[in-house]
Amino acid sequence: MKQVEVLIIGAGPAGLSAADILLEAGASVAIVDRSDRVGGQLTKQTHMFFGSQAHYASKRGIDILTILFDKIKHHPNLHMFTNTTVAGLYPDKVVACVQESRYFTLQAKAIIVATGASEKSLPFENNDLPGVYAAGAVQTLMNVYGVKPGDKVLMVGSGNIGLIVTYQLMQAGVIVPMLVEAAETISGYLVHASKIKRLGVDLRMRTSVKRALGTKHVEGAQIWQLDEQWQGIPGTEETIPVDTICLAVGLSPLTELLQQIGAEVTYINELGGHVPRLNDRFETTVDGVFACGDVAGIEEASSAMIAGTIAGLEAALKRGYKIENVAERRASLHASLATLRSGPHAAKIRKGHEKLGVKS
Amino acid sequence: MIEKTGVPSKEAVLEQFPERIVLVKPKAIIECYKEIPCNPCSTSCPFDAIHVPEDINVRPTIDFDACTGCGICVYHCPGLAITVMQVKDQKVMMKIPYEFTPLPKVGEQRNVLDRSGAVLTQGTITKVQTSPKQEKTALIHVEMDAAHLHDAITIEVTHGSHES
Repeated sequence: MKQVEVLIIGAGPAGLSAADILLEAGASVAIVDRSDRVGGQLTKQTHMFFGSQAHYASKRGIDILTILFDKIKHHPNLHMFTNTTVAGLYPDKVVACVQESRYFTLQAKAIIVATGASEKSLPFENNDLPGVYAAGAVQTLMNVYGVKPGDKVLMVGSGNIGLIVTYQLMQAGVIVPMLVEAAETISGYLVHASKIKRLGVDLRMRTSVKRALGTKHVEGAQIWQLDEQWQGIPGTEETIPVDTICLAVGLSPLTELLQQIGAEVTYINELGGHVPRLNDRFETTVDGVFACGDVAGIEEASSAMIAGTIAGLEAALKRGYKIENVAERRASLHASLATLRSGPHAAKIRKGHEKLGVKS
Repeated sequence: MIEKTGVPSKEAVLEQFPERIVLVKPKAIIECYKEIPCNPCSTSCPFDAIHVPEDINVRPTIDFDACTGCGICVYHCPGLAITVMQVKDQKVMMKIPYEFTPLPKVGEQRNVLDRSGAVLTQGTITKVQTSPKQEKTALIHVEMDAAHLHDAITIEVTHGSHES
Protein backbone atom coordinates (compact mmCIF):
# COMPACT_ATOMS: atom_id res chain seq x y z
CA MET A 1 0.00 0.00 0.00
CA LYS A 2 1.37 3.36 -1.05
CA GLN A 3 2.04 5.74 1.84
CA VAL A 4 1.25 9.45 1.51
CA GLU A 5 1.73 12.14 4.10
CA VAL A 6 -1.29 14.43 3.83
CA LEU A 7 -4.13 13.34 1.61
CA ILE A 8 -6.62 15.94 0.42
CA ILE A 9 -9.93 14.74 -0.97
CA GLY A 10 -11.29 17.27 -3.45
CA ALA A 11 -9.35 19.72 -5.63
CA GLY A 12 -11.79 22.60 -5.30
CA PRO A 13 -11.08 25.99 -3.75
CA ALA A 14 -10.78 24.53 -0.21
CA GLY A 15 -8.58 21.58 -1.17
CA LEU A 16 -6.21 23.60 -3.38
CA SER A 17 -5.82 26.27 -0.69
CA ALA A 18 -5.03 23.60 1.91
CA ALA A 19 -2.45 22.05 -0.44
CA ASP A 20 -0.75 25.39 -1.00
CA ILE A 21 0.05 26.07 2.64
CA LEU A 22 0.97 22.44 3.36
CA LEU A 23 3.49 22.44 0.50
CA GLU A 24 4.84 25.77 1.67
CA ALA A 25 5.36 24.28 5.13
CA GLY A 26 7.31 21.37 3.63
CA ALA A 27 4.72 18.60 3.76
CA SER A 28 4.18 16.06 1.03
CA VAL A 29 0.65 16.26 -0.36
CA ALA A 30 -1.57 13.98 -2.42
CA ILE A 31 -4.78 15.40 -3.87
CA VAL A 32 -7.49 13.07 -5.08
CA ASP A 33 -10.34 14.37 -7.24
CA ARG A 34 -12.97 12.43 -9.10
CA SER A 35 -13.01 14.85 -12.00
CA ASP A 36 -10.50 14.95 -14.82
CA ARG A 37 -10.26 18.71 -14.28
CA VAL A 38 -8.84 20.35 -11.21
CA GLY A 39 -10.82 23.13 -9.55
CA GLY A 40 -14.16 21.79 -8.39
CA GLN A 41 -16.85 24.42 -8.85
CA LEU A 42 -14.27 27.06 -9.82
CA THR A 43 -14.05 25.48 -13.30
CA LYS A 44 -17.46 26.90 -14.17
CA GLN A 45 -17.53 30.15 -12.25
CA THR A 46 -17.19 32.77 -14.95
CA HIS A 47 -18.42 35.61 -12.74
CA MET A 48 -16.38 37.99 -10.61
CA PHE A 49 -16.10 37.03 -6.94
CA PHE A 50 -17.17 39.11 -3.98
CA GLY A 51 -15.13 39.47 -0.84
CA SER A 52 -11.98 41.32 -0.01
CA GLN A 53 -9.62 42.22 -2.81
CA ALA A 54 -6.92 40.71 -0.59
CA HIS A 55 -8.64 37.36 -1.20
CA TYR A 56 -9.16 37.49 -4.96
CA ALA A 57 -12.41 39.53 -4.99
CA SER A 58 -13.27 41.01 -8.37
CA LYS A 59 -11.46 38.15 -10.11
CA ARG A 60 -13.44 35.51 -11.96
CA GLY A 61 -13.64 32.02 -10.41
CA ILE A 62 -11.95 30.36 -13.40
CA ASP A 63 -9.05 32.82 -13.16
CA ILE A 64 -8.73 32.24 -9.40
CA LEU A 65 -8.42 28.54 -10.18
CA THR A 66 -5.48 29.26 -12.49
CA ILE A 67 -3.79 31.37 -9.80
CA LEU A 68 -4.31 28.71 -7.11
CA PHE A 69 -3.22 25.77 -9.23
CA ASP A 70 -0.27 27.53 -10.88
CA LYS A 71 1.17 28.13 -7.42
CA ILE A 72 1.36 24.43 -6.65
CA LYS A 73 1.16 22.37 -9.81
CA HIS A 74 4.91 21.93 -10.40
CA HIS A 75 5.77 21.36 -6.76
CA PRO A 76 7.88 18.19 -6.41
CA ASN A 77 6.01 17.20 -3.23
CA LEU A 78 2.60 17.30 -4.88
CA HIS A 79 1.00 14.14 -6.20
CA MET A 80 -2.21 14.59 -8.18
CA PHE A 81 -4.72 11.81 -8.62
CA THR A 82 -7.38 13.14 -10.98
CA ASN A 83 -10.18 11.02 -12.42
CA THR A 84 -9.98 9.23 -9.10
CA THR A 85 -12.87 8.64 -6.75
CA VAL A 86 -12.36 7.95 -3.07
CA ALA A 87 -14.64 4.97 -2.54
CA GLY A 88 -13.98 4.52 1.15
CA LEU A 89 -12.17 5.83 4.21
CA TYR A 90 -11.12 3.22 6.76
CA PRO A 91 -9.47 3.13 10.20
CA ASP A 92 -5.75 3.94 10.26
CA LYS A 93 -6.46 6.41 7.45
CA VAL A 94 -6.59 3.82 4.71
CA VAL A 95 -8.12 5.36 1.61
CA ALA A 96 -9.71 3.21 -1.09
CA CYS A 97 -9.49 4.80 -4.52
CA VAL A 98 -10.95 3.98 -7.92
CA GLN A 99 -9.24 5.46 -10.94
CA GLU A 100 -11.25 4.54 -14.01
CA SER A 101 -11.40 0.74 -13.58
CA ARG A 102 -8.30 0.47 -11.40
CA TYR A 103 -8.70 0.00 -7.65
CA PHE A 104 -5.90 0.91 -5.26
CA THR A 105 -5.37 1.94 -1.67
CA LEU A 106 -3.34 4.72 -0.07
CA GLN A 107 -2.47 5.23 3.55
CA ALA A 108 -2.18 8.76 4.90
CA LYS A 109 -0.80 10.33 8.06
CA ALA A 110 -3.44 13.09 7.91
CA ILE A 111 -6.52 13.60 5.75
CA ILE A 112 -8.28 16.79 4.72
CA VAL A 113 -11.79 16.17 3.49
CA ALA A 114 -12.82 18.91 1.07
CA THR A 115 -15.46 17.02 -0.87
CA GLY A 116 -17.86 19.93 -1.30
CA ALA A 117 -21.57 19.44 -1.75
CA SER A 118 -24.25 18.00 -3.98
CA GLU A 119 -27.29 19.77 -5.33
CA LYS A 120 -30.72 19.41 -3.82
CA SER A 121 -33.75 18.66 -5.93
CA LEU A 122 -37.38 19.71 -5.70
CA PRO A 123 -40.37 17.38 -5.70
CA PHE A 124 -42.99 18.19 -8.34
CA GLU A 125 -44.90 16.22 -10.94
CA ASN A 126 -42.74 15.18 -13.90
CA ASN A 127 -39.51 16.38 -12.30
CA ASP A 128 -37.76 13.46 -13.99
CA LEU A 129 -38.49 14.74 -17.50
CA PRO A 130 -35.42 15.44 -19.63
CA GLY A 131 -34.98 19.19 -19.51
CA VAL A 132 -35.21 19.44 -15.72
CA TYR A 133 -31.69 20.22 -14.56
CA ALA A 134 -29.89 21.29 -11.43
CA ALA A 135 -28.18 24.67 -11.77
CA GLY A 136 -24.69 23.25 -11.30
CA ALA A 137 -25.28 20.84 -14.17
CA VAL A 138 -26.42 23.70 -16.38
CA GLN A 139 -23.27 25.61 -15.48
CA THR A 140 -21.10 22.59 -16.26
CA LEU A 141 -22.75 22.11 -19.65
CA MET A 142 -22.43 25.77 -20.58
CA ASN A 143 -19.19 26.89 -19.05
CA VAL A 144 -17.10 23.73 -19.04
CA TYR A 145 -18.31 21.93 -22.18
CA GLY A 146 -19.74 24.82 -24.19
CA VAL A 147 -23.09 23.09 -24.61
CA LYS A 148 -26.28 25.15 -24.57
CA PRO A 149 -28.65 23.42 -22.13
CA GLY A 150 -31.82 24.75 -23.72
CA ASP A 151 -33.29 27.75 -25.50
CA LYS A 152 -35.74 29.01 -22.91
CA VAL A 153 -35.26 28.39 -19.20
CA LEU A 154 -37.38 28.78 -16.09
CA MET A 155 -35.07 29.33 -13.11
CA VAL A 156 -36.19 28.04 -9.72
CA GLY A 157 -34.55 29.61 -6.67
CA SER A 158 -33.24 33.10 -5.96
CA GLY A 159 -30.11 32.27 -4.00
CA ASN A 160 -26.83 33.48 -5.45
CA ILE A 161 -26.53 30.35 -7.60
CA GLY A 162 -29.97 30.85 -9.17
CA LEU A 163 -29.30 34.53 -9.80
CA ILE A 164 -25.79 34.00 -11.18
CA VAL A 165 -26.69 31.04 -13.38
CA THR A 166 -29.61 33.06 -14.80
CA TYR A 167 -27.15 35.77 -15.78
CA GLN A 168 -24.73 33.22 -17.25
CA LEU A 169 -27.53 31.62 -19.27
CA MET A 170 -28.35 35.05 -20.70
CA GLN A 171 -24.67 35.56 -21.52
CA ALA A 172 -24.83 32.31 -23.48
CA GLY A 173 -27.77 33.65 -25.48
CA VAL A 174 -30.41 31.59 -23.66
CA ILE A 175 -33.72 33.28 -22.85
CA VAL A 176 -34.72 33.25 -19.16
CA PRO A 177 -38.20 34.77 -19.02
CA MET A 178 -38.77 34.13 -15.33
CA LEU A 179 -37.25 33.17 -11.99
CA VAL A 180 -39.50 31.80 -9.26
CA GLU A 181 -38.76 31.81 -5.54
CA ALA A 182 -40.79 30.06 -2.84
CA ALA A 183 -39.78 32.51 -0.10
CA GLU A 184 -41.15 36.00 0.46
CA THR A 185 -37.95 37.76 -0.61
CA ILE A 186 -34.89 37.30 -2.80
CA SER A 187 -32.42 35.16 -0.89
CA GLY A 188 -29.18 35.98 -2.76
CA TYR A 189 -27.35 39.28 -3.10
CA LEU A 190 -29.64 42.07 -4.31
CA VAL A 191 -27.00 43.31 -6.75
CA HIS A 192 -27.23 39.96 -8.56
CA ALA A 193 -31.03 40.18 -8.61
CA SER A 194 -30.99 43.77 -9.92
CA LYS A 195 -28.55 42.76 -12.64
CA ILE A 196 -30.98 40.25 -14.16
CA LYS A 197 -34.12 42.24 -13.41
CA ARG A 198 -32.88 45.19 -15.48
CA LEU A 199 -32.36 42.79 -18.38
CA GLY A 200 -36.01 41.81 -18.25
CA VAL A 201 -36.21 38.67 -16.07
CA ASP A 202 -39.56 38.44 -14.27
CA LEU A 203 -38.80 37.72 -10.59
CA ARG A 204 -41.73 36.06 -8.80
CA MET A 205 -41.69 35.58 -5.06
CA ARG A 206 -43.89 33.06 -3.19
CA THR A 207 -44.10 31.04 -6.39
CA SER A 208 -43.04 27.50 -7.21
CA VAL A 209 -43.30 24.84 -9.90
CA LYS A 210 -46.42 22.70 -9.76
CA ARG A 211 -45.51 20.40 -12.62
CA ALA A 212 -43.34 20.08 -15.66
CA LEU A 213 -45.31 19.81 -18.88
CA GLY A 214 -44.42 17.54 -21.80
CA THR A 215 -44.13 13.85 -22.52
CA LYS A 216 -40.62 13.16 -23.84
CA HIS A 217 -38.97 16.39 -22.72
CA VAL A 218 -39.94 19.63 -21.03
CA GLU A 219 -42.34 21.69 -23.12
CA GLY A 220 -43.43 24.04 -20.40
CA ALA A 221 -43.73 24.61 -16.70
CA GLN A 222 -46.87 25.08 -14.70
CA ILE A 223 -46.19 27.41 -11.80
CA TRP A 224 -48.40 28.47 -8.92
CA GLN A 225 -48.36 30.86 -6.01
CA LEU A 226 -47.65 29.62 -2.49
CA ASP A 227 -49.45 30.47 0.71
CA GLU A 228 -47.86 31.19 4.10
CA GLN A 229 -47.53 27.44 4.74
CA TRP A 230 -45.63 27.00 1.46
CA GLN A 231 -48.61 25.21 -0.08
CA GLY A 232 -49.68 25.83 -3.68
CA ILE A 233 -52.82 27.94 -4.07
CA PRO A 234 -55.27 26.26 -6.48
CA GLY A 235 -56.50 28.63 -9.16
CA THR A 236 -53.22 30.58 -9.37
CA GLU A 237 -51.64 28.24 -11.95
CA GLU A 238 -49.88 29.74 -14.95
CA THR A 239 -48.21 27.99 -17.83
CA ILE A 240 -44.76 29.22 -18.83
CA PRO A 241 -43.57 28.01 -22.23
CA VAL A 242 -39.98 26.87 -21.63
CA ASP A 243 -37.91 23.87 -22.72
CA THR A 244 -35.78 23.76 -19.60
CA ILE A 245 -36.42 24.00 -15.86
CA CYS A 246 -33.33 24.80 -13.85
CA LEU A 247 -33.33 24.02 -10.12
CA ALA A 248 -31.19 26.16 -7.85
CA VAL A 249 -32.72 25.08 -4.58
CA GLY A 250 -29.73 24.56 -2.35
CA LEU A 251 -26.83 22.26 -1.64
CA SER A 252 -26.08 19.41 0.78
CA PRO A 253 -22.62 18.78 2.25
CA LEU A 254 -21.03 15.53 1.00
CA THR A 255 -20.16 14.04 4.38
CA GLU A 256 -20.49 10.31 3.56
CA LEU A 257 -16.75 9.69 3.72
CA LEU A 258 -16.49 11.47 7.04
CA GLN A 259 -19.33 9.39 8.42
CA GLN A 260 -17.66 6.24 7.16
CA ILE A 261 -14.45 6.97 9.04
CA GLY A 262 -16.45 7.63 12.18
CA ALA A 263 -16.39 11.41 12.37
CA GLU A 264 -19.31 12.79 14.34
CA VAL A 265 -21.83 14.66 12.19
CA THR A 266 -24.93 16.61 13.13
CA TYR A 267 -27.92 17.61 11.03
CA ILE A 268 -28.00 21.41 10.82
CA ASN A 269 -30.61 22.69 8.41
CA GLU A 270 -28.97 26.14 8.14
CA LEU A 271 -25.71 24.59 6.98
CA GLY A 272 -27.37 22.41 4.33
CA GLY A 273 -27.66 19.04 6.08
CA HIS A 274 -25.27 16.75 7.93
CA VAL A 275 -22.06 18.55 8.86
CA PRO A 276 -19.03 17.37 10.82
CA ARG A 277 -18.35 18.59 14.32
CA LEU A 278 -15.05 20.47 14.09
CA ASN A 279 -12.73 21.95 16.70
CA ASP A 280 -11.19 25.38 16.13
CA ARG A 281 -8.38 23.71 14.16
CA PHE A 282 -10.99 22.37 11.70
CA GLU A 283 -10.25 18.84 12.83
CA THR A 284 -13.14 16.39 13.07
CA THR A 285 -13.71 14.11 16.04
CA VAL A 286 -11.33 11.64 14.33
CA ASP A 287 -7.72 12.49 15.15
CA GLY A 288 -5.85 13.81 12.10
CA VAL A 289 -8.94 14.06 9.87
CA PHE A 290 -9.77 17.65 8.96
CA ALA A 291 -12.69 19.11 6.99
CA CYS A 292 -13.11 22.42 5.16
CA GLY A 293 -15.21 24.04 2.46
CA ASP A 294 -18.83 23.21 1.70
CA VAL A 295 -18.57 19.75 3.30
CA ALA A 296 -18.38 21.57 6.64
CA GLY A 297 -21.45 23.70 5.88
CA ILE A 298 -22.65 25.45 2.72
CA GLU A 299 -20.99 28.83 2.18
CA GLU A 300 -19.25 30.66 -0.65
CA ALA A 301 -16.02 29.77 -2.46
CA SER A 302 -14.32 32.77 -0.84
CA SER A 303 -14.90 31.26 2.62
CA ALA A 304 -13.87 27.83 1.32
CA MET A 305 -10.45 29.18 0.28
CA ILE A 306 -9.80 30.69 3.71
CA ALA A 307 -11.13 27.63 5.55
CA GLY A 308 -8.94 25.42 3.34
CA THR A 309 -5.88 27.48 4.26
CA ILE A 310 -6.73 27.15 7.95
CA ALA A 311 -7.20 23.38 7.68
CA GLY A 312 -3.92 23.10 5.75
CA LEU A 313 -2.07 25.21 8.30
CA GLU A 314 -3.36 23.13 11.20
CA ALA A 315 -2.60 19.85 9.45
CA ALA A 316 0.95 21.08 8.78
CA LEU A 317 1.43 22.02 12.44
CA LYS A 318 0.04 18.68 13.52
CA ARG A 319 2.60 16.97 11.30
CA GLY A 320 5.30 18.93 13.09
CA TYR A 321 6.12 21.52 10.44
CA LYS A 322 6.99 25.07 11.35
CA ILE A 323 5.05 27.94 9.85
CA GLU A 324 6.47 31.44 10.13
CA ASN A 325 4.43 33.95 12.13
CA VAL A 326 1.90 31.22 12.78
CA ALA A 327 -0.05 33.01 15.49
CA GLU A 328 -0.42 36.10 13.36
CA ARG A 329 -1.42 34.19 10.22
CA ARG A 330 -3.91 32.07 12.08
CA ALA A 331 -5.51 35.13 13.67
CA SER A 332 -5.67 36.95 10.35
CA LEU A 333 -7.28 33.96 8.59
CA HIS A 334 -9.90 33.57 11.30
CA ALA A 335 -10.59 37.30 11.21
CA SER A 336 -11.12 37.20 7.42
CA LEU A 337 -13.47 34.27 7.77
CA ALA A 338 -15.37 36.02 10.54
CA THR A 339 -15.79 39.09 8.32
CA LEU A 340 -17.25 37.00 5.49
CA ARG A 341 -19.64 35.50 8.00
CA SER A 342 -20.64 38.73 9.70
CA GLY A 343 -22.99 40.40 7.20
CA PRO A 344 -26.77 40.09 7.09
CA HIS A 345 -26.51 37.51 4.30
CA ALA A 346 -24.52 35.19 6.55
CA ALA A 347 -27.17 35.18 9.31
CA LYS A 348 -28.14 31.63 8.37
CA ILE A 349 -24.55 30.42 8.59
CA ARG A 350 -24.12 32.08 11.98
CA LYS A 351 -27.32 30.46 13.23
CA GLY A 352 -26.11 27.09 11.97
CA HIS A 353 -22.77 27.45 13.73
CA GLU A 354 -24.54 28.49 16.90
CA LYS A 355 -26.63 25.31 16.78
CA LEU A 356 -23.48 23.34 16.17
CA GLY A 357 -21.89 25.06 19.16
CA VAL A 358 -18.98 26.66 17.33
CA LYS A 359 -17.88 30.25 16.89
CA SER A 360 -18.51 31.75 13.45
CA MET B 1 -39.58 46.41 -2.08
CA ILE B 2 -36.19 45.77 -3.70
CA GLU B 3 -36.03 42.55 -1.68
CA LYS B 4 -39.04 41.28 -3.62
CA THR B 5 -38.56 42.84 -7.04
CA GLY B 6 -34.86 43.51 -7.49
CA VAL B 7 -35.84 47.11 -8.32
CA PRO B 8 -34.72 49.83 -5.90
CA SER B 9 -37.23 52.55 -4.99
CA LYS B 10 -36.96 55.91 -6.71
CA GLU B 11 -35.98 57.52 -3.38
CA ALA B 12 -33.21 55.00 -2.82
CA VAL B 13 -31.86 55.68 -6.31
CA LEU B 14 -31.98 59.47 -5.90
CA GLU B 15 -29.99 59.18 -2.67
CA GLN B 16 -27.05 57.82 -4.63
CA PHE B 17 -26.87 60.88 -6.90
CA PRO B 18 -25.07 64.12 -6.12
CA GLU B 19 -26.67 67.46 -6.95
CA ARG B 20 -27.20 67.97 -10.66
CA ILE B 21 -24.53 70.70 -10.88
CA VAL B 22 -21.88 68.20 -9.71
CA LEU B 23 -22.66 66.01 -12.71
CA VAL B 24 -21.20 68.49 -15.20
CA LYS B 25 -18.24 66.23 -14.54
CA PRO B 26 -18.63 62.43 -14.66
CA LYS B 27 -19.25 60.77 -11.29
CA ALA B 28 -19.69 57.16 -10.16
CA ILE B 29 -23.18 56.25 -8.97
CA ILE B 30 -23.00 53.28 -6.61
CA GLU B 31 -26.12 51.16 -6.21
CA CYS B 32 -25.11 48.77 -3.47
CA TYR B 33 -28.25 48.73 -1.36
CA LYS B 34 -27.54 45.91 1.05
CA GLU B 35 -24.53 44.92 3.10
CA ILE B 36 -22.44 42.23 1.43
CA PRO B 37 -18.83 41.32 2.23
CA CYS B 38 -17.10 43.11 -0.63
CA ASN B 39 -14.59 45.90 -1.23
CA PRO B 40 -13.09 46.00 -4.77
CA CYS B 41 -14.83 49.32 -5.56
CA SER B 42 -12.78 50.91 -2.83
CA THR B 43 -9.47 49.13 -3.39
CA SER B 44 -9.60 49.65 -7.16
CA CYS B 45 -10.18 53.41 -6.99
CA PRO B 46 -6.97 55.26 -7.92
CA PHE B 47 -8.28 58.53 -6.41
CA ASP B 48 -9.26 57.19 -2.98
CA ALA B 49 -12.79 58.38 -3.62
CA ILE B 50 -14.67 55.26 -2.52
CA HIS B 51 -14.49 54.06 1.04
CA VAL B 52 -15.30 50.70 2.57
CA PRO B 53 -14.06 50.30 6.16
CA GLU B 54 -12.16 47.33 7.54
CA ASP B 55 -15.49 45.57 8.05
CA ILE B 56 -16.08 44.97 4.36
CA ASN B 57 -19.78 44.30 4.95
CA VAL B 58 -20.36 48.03 5.36
CA ARG B 59 -21.78 49.70 2.24
CA PRO B 60 -19.39 51.90 0.27
CA THR B 61 -19.46 55.68 0.51
CA ILE B 62 -18.21 57.99 -2.21
CA ASP B 63 -16.51 61.37 -2.10
CA PHE B 64 -17.82 63.14 -5.21
CA ASP B 65 -15.07 65.77 -4.96
CA ALA B 66 -12.41 63.11 -5.35
CA CYS B 67 -14.25 60.97 -7.93
CA THR B 68 -13.15 61.67 -11.52
CA GLY B 69 -15.68 59.34 -13.13
CA CYS B 70 -12.86 57.29 -14.66
CA GLY B 71 -14.96 54.10 -14.56
CA ILE B 72 -12.33 51.77 -13.05
CA CYS B 73 -14.69 50.81 -10.20
CA VAL B 74 -17.43 50.09 -12.76
CA TYR B 75 -15.64 47.07 -14.19
CA HIS B 76 -14.19 45.97 -10.83
CA CYS B 77 -17.55 45.75 -9.06
CA PRO B 78 -18.52 42.04 -8.99
CA GLY B 79 -22.16 43.05 -8.60
CA LEU B 80 -22.12 45.32 -11.67
CA ALA B 81 -23.74 47.86 -9.38
CA ILE B 82 -21.85 51.00 -10.43
CA THR B 83 -22.41 53.31 -13.39
CA VAL B 84 -20.84 56.66 -14.24
CA MET B 85 -23.15 59.57 -15.07
CA GLN B 86 -22.51 63.00 -16.52
CA VAL B 87 -24.94 65.63 -17.78
CA LYS B 88 -23.73 67.97 -20.50
CA ASP B 89 -25.61 69.97 -23.17
CA GLN B 90 -28.96 68.36 -22.27
CA LYS B 91 -27.42 64.92 -22.79
CA VAL B 92 -26.64 62.17 -20.31
CA MET B 93 -23.32 60.45 -20.81
CA MET B 94 -23.50 57.09 -19.08
CA LYS B 95 -20.77 54.48 -18.63
CA ILE B 96 -21.95 50.96 -17.91
CA PRO B 97 -20.36 47.53 -17.42
CA TYR B 98 -21.21 45.07 -20.20
CA GLU B 99 -20.50 41.34 -20.30
CA PHE B 100 -22.28 40.10 -23.41
CA THR B 101 -21.10 39.32 -26.93
CA PRO B 102 -21.07 40.72 -29.49
CA LEU B 103 -20.10 44.07 -28.02
CA PRO B 104 -22.03 47.09 -29.29
CA LYS B 105 -20.30 49.23 -31.90
CA VAL B 106 -19.56 52.93 -31.70
CA GLY B 107 -22.33 54.90 -33.38
CA GLU B 108 -24.89 52.14 -32.90
CA GLN B 109 -28.36 53.01 -31.55
CA ARG B 110 -29.41 50.81 -28.64
CA ASN B 111 -32.48 50.63 -26.47
CA VAL B 112 -31.74 52.04 -23.02
CA LEU B 113 -33.40 50.17 -20.15
CA ASP B 114 -34.56 51.22 -16.71
CA ARG B 115 -34.10 49.24 -13.51
CA SER B 116 -37.18 47.11 -14.18
CA GLY B 117 -36.05 46.19 -17.69
CA ALA B 118 -38.46 48.51 -19.52
CA VAL B 119 -37.26 50.39 -22.61
CA LEU B 120 -36.83 54.10 -21.82
CA THR B 121 -35.40 55.54 -24.98
CA GLN B 122 -32.74 55.05 -27.61
CA GLY B 123 -29.14 55.85 -26.83
CA THR B 124 -26.06 56.21 -28.99
CA ILE B 125 -22.96 54.17 -28.22
CA THR B 126 -20.08 56.66 -28.13
CA LYS B 127 -17.22 54.49 -26.91
CA VAL B 128 -16.47 50.84 -26.21
CA GLN B 129 -13.58 50.29 -23.80
CA THR B 130 -11.92 46.93 -23.43
CA SER B 131 -8.49 46.23 -22.05
CA PRO B 132 -6.81 43.24 -20.43
CA LYS B 133 -7.04 45.11 -17.10
CA GLN B 134 -10.83 45.06 -17.34
CA GLU B 135 -10.77 41.24 -17.25
CA LYS B 136 -13.54 40.81 -19.81
CA THR B 137 -15.97 43.40 -18.45
CA ALA B 138 -16.33 46.05 -21.17
CA LEU B 139 -17.06 49.66 -20.36
CA ILE B 140 -19.70 51.04 -22.72
CA HIS B 141 -20.33 54.77 -23.09
CA VAL B 142 -23.93 55.62 -24.02
CA GLU B 143 -25.36 59.05 -24.76
CA MET B 144 -29.06 59.92 -24.45
CA ASP B 145 -31.49 62.68 -23.58
CA ALA B 146 -30.85 64.22 -20.14
CA ALA B 147 -34.43 63.46 -19.07
CA HIS B 148 -33.40 59.87 -18.37
CA LEU B 149 -30.60 60.65 -15.92
CA HIS B 150 -32.17 58.93 -12.92
CA ASP B 151 -33.82 56.05 -14.73
CA ALA B 152 -31.28 54.78 -17.26
CA ILE B 153 -29.26 51.82 -16.00
CA THR B 154 -28.18 49.65 -18.93
CA ILE B 155 -28.71 48.85 -22.62
CA GLU B 156 -30.67 46.03 -24.15
CA VAL B 157 -28.64 42.94 -24.97
CA THR B 158 -28.66 41.93 -28.61
CA HIS B 159 -27.00 38.64 -29.34
CA GLY B 160 -27.42 38.79 -33.12
CA SER B 161 -25.50 36.48 -35.40
CA HIS B 162 -21.89 36.20 -34.41
CA GLU B 163 -20.51 37.89 -37.54
CA SER B 164 -17.86 40.50 -36.92
